[in-house]
Amino acid sequence: MLNTIILAVSITLMYSAPLIFSALGGVITQKSGVDNIGIEGMMTFGAFVGAGVGYATGSPWFAFLMGGLAGAALAFVHAFAAITLRASQIISGVALNFIGPGLALFLCRLQFDGATQSVPVSKKMPNVLDLFGISSQSLLNVNITVVIALLLTILMAFFLYKTKWGLRIQACGEHPAAADTLGVNVYAVRYVCCTLSGLLAGLGGASMTLGVVSNFSPSVISGQGFIALAAVIFGKWTPHGAMAACLLFGFAQALVVVLGGSGIPSQLLAMLPYLLTLIVLVLFVGRSEAPKANGKPYVKGER
Amino acid sequence: MKKRTLALILAVMMCVGLLAACGGDSSSEPASTPAASTPADSSAPADESTPDSTAGGEFAATMITDVGGINDESFNQSAWTGMEQLASELGVNTSFIESTKDADYAPNLEKALDASNDIIWGIGFMMKDAVAETAEANPDQLYALVDEYWEDGDLPNAIGVMFMAEQSSFLAGYAAGLKTETDHVGLVLGMESPVMDRFTNGWNAGVLYAANERGVDIRNDYVVAETFGDPAIGKAMAQKMYTDGADIVYSVAGYTGTGCIEAAKELDKWVIGVDMDQNKLAPDNVIASGLKNVGVGVYEVTKRVMNGEALGGTTVWLGISEGGAGLATTGGHLGSEIEGKVADVQALIADGTIEVPYTAEMLHAFTAAS
Repeated sequence: MLNTIILAVSITLMYSAPLIFSALGGVITQKSGVDNIGIEGMMTFGAFVGAGVGYATGSPWFAFLMGGLAGAALAFVHAFAAITLRASQIISGVALNFIGPGLALFLCRLQFDGATQSVPVSKKMPNVLDLFGISSQSLLNVNITVVIALLLTILMAFFLYKTKWGLRIQACGEHPAAADTLGVNVYAVRYVCCTLSGLLAGLGGASMTLGVVSNFSPSVISGQGFIALAAVIFGKWTPHGAMAACLLFGFAQALVVVLGGSGIPSQLLAMLPYLLTLIVLVLFVGRSEAPKANGKPYVKGER
Repeated sequence: MKKRTLALILAVMMCVGLLAACGGDSSSEPASTPAASTPADSSAPADESTPDSTAGGEFAATMITDVGGINDESFNQSAWTGMEQLASELGVNTSFIESTKDADYAPNLEKALDASNDIIWGIGFMMKDAVAETAEANPDQLYALVDEYWEDGDLPNAIGVMFMAEQSSFLAGYAAGLKTETDHVGLVLGMESPVMDRFTNGWNAGVLYAANERGVDIRNDYVVAETFGDPAIGKAMAQKMYTDGADIVYSVAGYTGTGCIEAAKELDKWVIGVDMDQNKLAPDNVIASGLKNVGVGVYEVTKRVMNGEALGGTTVWLGISEGGAGLATTGGHLGSEIEGKVADVQALIADGTIEVPYTAEMLHAFTAAS
């Protein structure tokens, strides 16, 4: 019994960590008023850069960071299109969802002699207990990326609700004209937040290829970005809410595994995470409202 | 005026780019492109690595990869080694065309057709529909498809090439049954289907065979991931099996299976890979791999066609005796005693003494008889 609980907790955390990174990215960019549905593409790109750099340098921490920066680079393109050019944010996001995986696959073939899967990295992100020199094969010895994801959630919640800068970001997402009047540089805030969302999505992707598994393949990110976006709405655009949504989804996956092989048809089990999400959404989550100016380009001086 | 010139230049550039993209393929490109009259044609690289087979009368074979590409470290690459063997040993004129997305299959098949090949190979079950369509439209061209098949005679000009996965899985199960220290093993399957069930039934029979030989009961867990592309779920499922006490997991789940290997690595357990020798993914933990030798299939079938065998409309099954199935034991984790026993059983399968079950009914009969 205890083993089963430990297993369930460990799987929940493993599954949620990449989602939490990306969902936090979704929260920060939408709070500032820029919709970013290109999270999935940024995750995939970050996943490859993490695995590729990790293989080349042998340093997981550096690779993890580079994965994040790779996502940020794509997000910067999105920010330019959405904020400066005032292009449709949906189209730009969709385009990035194609560009991210395409670029990742192209670079993977370049680096690994035409192969679509990268060679496993020699060193993954460490597990928590290993950091303290305790060698343990317990499943509770979770990957450090899980801890980073949870800490980032707390950090972002504090930043958004308890600091001046956080409030300014929210103002840009709710009423950019008002914020502008008070001297907040709406464009700058939105640029920073959108790029941050890519950084977080990239970290989410890299946590998949450096924490959960140890190599990149085109299908390593398949839908996590969209689940993270759903978690943003599910969590009512708050960091802690989005994190809870991701944990719920991870827990549903853990249930699938724990109940697997017990005679319940595996097709039904495979539906479970989505069913559970729907049920919770209908029964327990009330109205959720997006930041009012989310997705609308801000034009200075326009009424 | 300026805008117009710019538009014109852009349009011309796009045309050239398009043509260059068509011609820049690493594959054989027919000498007579339909756009031969356009001036841009001269800019297309004159890449004629493979001359027309009609010229010399020598046998020409081409293969079309699935989305994995030619260097996928999996069955496309394995198929290409078979092609290279054909070229070096039998002087076959070989070439390949890479597909990067599902929508490439039909145009690539068309390209291969224009290059007048004697046999066109589709690598991978994903190409089944595309191959069926062009085979129907071009009844004079011979096609072969790896990992899928049609009912006998349905497509008189297409050959299905199948591998007896139950035989390699039997060897895997037998080796695991001998090796396990906890008398507890498990199988993570990607998805259930008649082809995939061959792995399951062969594995179960192999584990049972070992259990009977040792006179013990071996617990054999089984779980279906319902996906081939999610390593996280594969990892979690293997973690559960290991937590429950299994010490060897057979992962038959494509990229999902990479997650099983990851779990074995982290928990320091044993795992058995599939299709290709997966030892290098985790040299200390992958104790064996159930093999599917696609290259052998490509080589054997092409050779038989060259020798005049009329294989069109049939399915060729390749097992241990044809070299299409086997067990890789890189790393020597099994130990010489078990390796010797596996070799003995392999010989028994090859000469037909052991008939490996591949359906649930056959497994039932196998269980009852042993």
